Amino acid sequence: MPRQTPFHSRTNALCESQNWVEWSGFFSAQTYEMDHIHEYNAIRLGAGLFDVSPLFKYFIRGRDAVALMNRVITRDASKCGVGQIFYTAWCDDEGKIIDDGTVARLGDDFFRMTAATPTLCWLQDNAFGMEVEIEEVTDAYGALALQGPTSRDLLQQLTDADLSSLKYFRMLETKLAGVPVNISRNGYTGDLGYEIFAEPGQCEKVWDALIETGVAYKLMPAGMVALDMVRIEAGMLLLDADFHSASTAMFEVEKTSPYELGLGWMVNLKKDHFVGQGALRRENARGPATCTVGLEIDVLALEKVFVQNSMPLQLPYQSWVDTLPVYSDSDQRDHIGRATSGTWSPVMKKYVVIGRVKPQYAKIGTQVYVEQTVEARRYAVPATVVKMPFFDPPRKRG
Amino acid sequence: MTQSYDAIVIGGGHNGLTCAAYLAKAGRKVLVLERRYLVGGAAVTEEKFPGFKFTVCSYVVSLLRPEVIRELELAKHGLQVMPLDSYWVPKEDGDQLAMYADPAALREEVRRHSKRDAEMIPKYNQMMYHIANAVKPILGYVPPNPASPGLRGARTLSEFGKHLQSLDKKTFHQLSKIMTMSADDFLAEWVETDVIRALMGINGIIGTKLGVKSPGTAYVLLHHYMGELDGAFTAWGAQRGGTGGVSDAIASAAKSYGAEIRCNASVERVLVKNGRAVGVVLEGGEEIYAKTIASGADPYVTFRKLLDAKDLPDDLVSAIDKFKFRGSSGKVNLALDTAPKFSAMTDPAFLRGMMEICPSVDYVEQAYDDAKYGAFSKRPYVDVDIPTMIDPTMAPPGKHVMSCFVQYASYNMPEYGDRDQQRDAFGNAVIDTLSEFMPNLKDIILHKQVLTPWDIEQEIGLTEGNIFGGELTLDQLFFFRPAAGWADYRTPIRNYYQCGSGVHPGGGITSGPGRLGAMEILRDGN
Repeated sequence: MPRQTPFHSRTNALCESQNWVEWSGFFSAQTYEMDHIHEYNAIRLGAGLFDVSPLFKYFIRGRDAVALMNRVITRDASKCGVGQIFYTAWCDDEGKIIDDGTVARLGDDFFRMTAATPTLCWLQDNAFGMEVEIEEVTDAYGALALQGPTSRDLLQQLTDADLSSLKYFRMLETKLAGVPVNISRNGYTGDLGYEIFAEPGQCEKVWDALIETGVAYKLMPAGMVALDMVRIEAGMLLLDADFHSASTAMFEVEKTSPYELGLGWMVNLKKDHFVGQGALRRENARGPATCTVGLEIDVLALEKVFVQNSMPLQLPYQSWVDTLPVYSDSDQRDHIGRATSGTWSPVMKKYVVIGRVKPQYAKIGTQVYVEQTVEARRYAVPATVVKMPFFDPPRKRG
Repeated sequence: MTQSYDAIVIGGGHNGLTCAAYLAKAGRKVLVLERRYLVGGAAVTEEKFPGFKFTVCSYVVSLLRPEVIRELELAKHGLQVMPLDSYWVPKEDGDQLAMYADPAALREEVRRHSKRDAEMIPKYNQMMYHIANAVKPILGYVPPNPASPGLRGARTLSEFGKHLQSLDKKTFHQLSKIMTMSADDFLAEWVETDVIRALMGINGIIGTKLGVKSPGTAYVLLHHYMGELDGAFTAWGAQRGGTGGVSDAIASAAKSYGAEIRCNASVERVLVKNGRAVGVVLEGGEEIYAKTIASGADPYVTFRKLLDAKDLPDDLVSAIDKFKFRGSSGKVNLALDTAPKFSAMTDPAFLRGMMEICPSVDYVEQAYDDAKYGAFSKRPYVDVDIPTMIDPTMAPPGKHVMSCFVQYASYNMPEYGDRDQQRDAFGNAVIDTLSEFMPNLKDIILHKQVLTPWDIEQEIGLTEGNIFGGELTLDQLFFFRPAAGWADYRTPIRNYYQCGSGVHPGGGITSGPGRLGAMEILRDGN
């Protein structure tokens, strides 16, 4: 049976739907209400509060901490200032992505790493010969994501730290409702937002303070269903949805590289050796085999498909994760890639999809066809390659 | 100094803005002239008191045409509508009725009142869904002239006929009943619980000076069933920052296509030369010329105020003079110190939806009886919405604004004294009525704004304060809106067009008249 996060007494009391899933060994709420839509709207209008404690967390300390980080991740850890956070990928020797996560520099020789999959072994194996201490601290901290336009104002009510000066992907140590916390300004929603780390014994106090003060800031606890919609709007990839980890993939074809995932910007080929560097250098020279793209499905064309079946247009009510064929032609002869997750975006009034296609189809404005099934028939519905993130409000960074 | 435009749109209401946006998108040089200091018409948000933003008149969104949202990319320009998913009614015996959008929750709640109704309501909704789907295409048609439809009109009628034929026989019979019956009689054939009938019947009387038992009101039920949110049938929602946000989004789209919007510019009359509109005269005498003039104002203003009757055929003048406005709704907007408490409410989550003061059918019909002879309802029907339960942008943290749509009121209620006294008496009746259900209300009111139909006319410019720019009764719809023969957005004055809610598909935030008006202007090559 899954374990309970340090917030469970509180999340459980609020989880009317009792709709739980397992996330990295913990109970995680899919929705709090029976329906996710208020939670979704709260994230885009007020704020949503997510329990993200199940994220794997590691401390990397010691003289060679920078060296270890630099050996593992694709970005240059020496460029990460103290108090700064990097979103980064890490790869295997073949340059295939193992996972993505954040690396936060807590001190000169002190990093905190979060990951979606267990990463202790990988860190330990790569630390061979280094003077570094690696500790898994997943259970040592509860973590919350507070995301949405009112998140800063709400959080500011509970702390003396000046949040207006906390920049995007920076963090600080402070007290929240009297509890020592680490607050970082980042998230998985593409909105203004923060992540808050606190020790387990104090987590309930942090939760209670946020929920109580949050009423005036239209805060709602939010679950994974709403989170998946907003992360797609934000063009953020999900492991086991948009890509698979090279360390758990059973077959070569399931593996992808950062270049193929649109994460080439985080591959620093100039820095000293890192795992996968050689393969990535070669791939960079010849170009990736596929490209991750944002697609916008032509809703009018989709409506026609429904009308052919004597039905009014039906839009997905929540996001989906799937593997749908993408074609270059409406006859579905020329297969060029796959759609991996998608959602109707109530805030943008667009049907947006993340997918991977052959590079010649990745140019913005290219028309492709995504398979959609209506009444057990398959149709190729036109979609246009558009810029990702789909939803990118100035407040995210501003 | 004189300037010249391809088109001038009179009135920056949401329809005028929509018309301007489509014309500008088609490459026309467009000027919108708005009498007030801000655009939006009846879809405005105003900070009447520091920190508190009121949805002054119109307050919810559902009928906004999805093609307009798409074609004008309104989401990009700020459209953000949150669904309201419950209608909550306090009963006079202290019980409550909660009509959830969620079918399972709805069934369980209705079972408490009637097991029969719990089974019938889904059937009723299914029937209405089919009818609405068959009838809905009409919202996108240019009304033909049934007396001489011409080729295009004949095609429209035949296409519409095909849609109606998609209904099975039983449903078609129901449609015939909807076209003729009263809302309550029609509902009584389906639903037995009084309070449910009261709640469902309300949609038949919004904006109309008729009671739920008046024949013809069943059709207005259907009108309210034609909305959607993200394809979700009949869902109603609240725009971030109030309905002014919808107008602002349309205005922003219009500007992005190059339209010019001028506020504080009241049009006094349309300049007509040899039966052709050539420009407008503003209050103060400024003349602005354009090849095309489109009026987003209501039919009375469009024809009787902005034109000289001698320029119009007699039958049209007479039809417009008979067109029913008789505003019957008022508005009370309150700024509250804290969230209100309804004594019958078991779950504060209902505060996020709509709250309806309509405890019984007789209560609602009695409200009409009071108003029938030119008064307001002593205990009115009130449609309460507290947008600040989900929207942080309309009041300071912890404070709230409450929008109360009230029916009935009358345009002139001399028995209460002068206009100020009428307004006070009306506002007090509303607050007294609400206080019966919300005992703490009077203690938490910080500010209030009261609008009688007369105030709506003064403030917004809608004749007799009718929120739909003319009642939405069958005799004033489609090819009768606003007058037989002049329902195709054109007027007897060449190059003078109609694009307000006084033309098809009518009132509510639909953008339909604005879009169809613009299409006809462009079709004429103007």
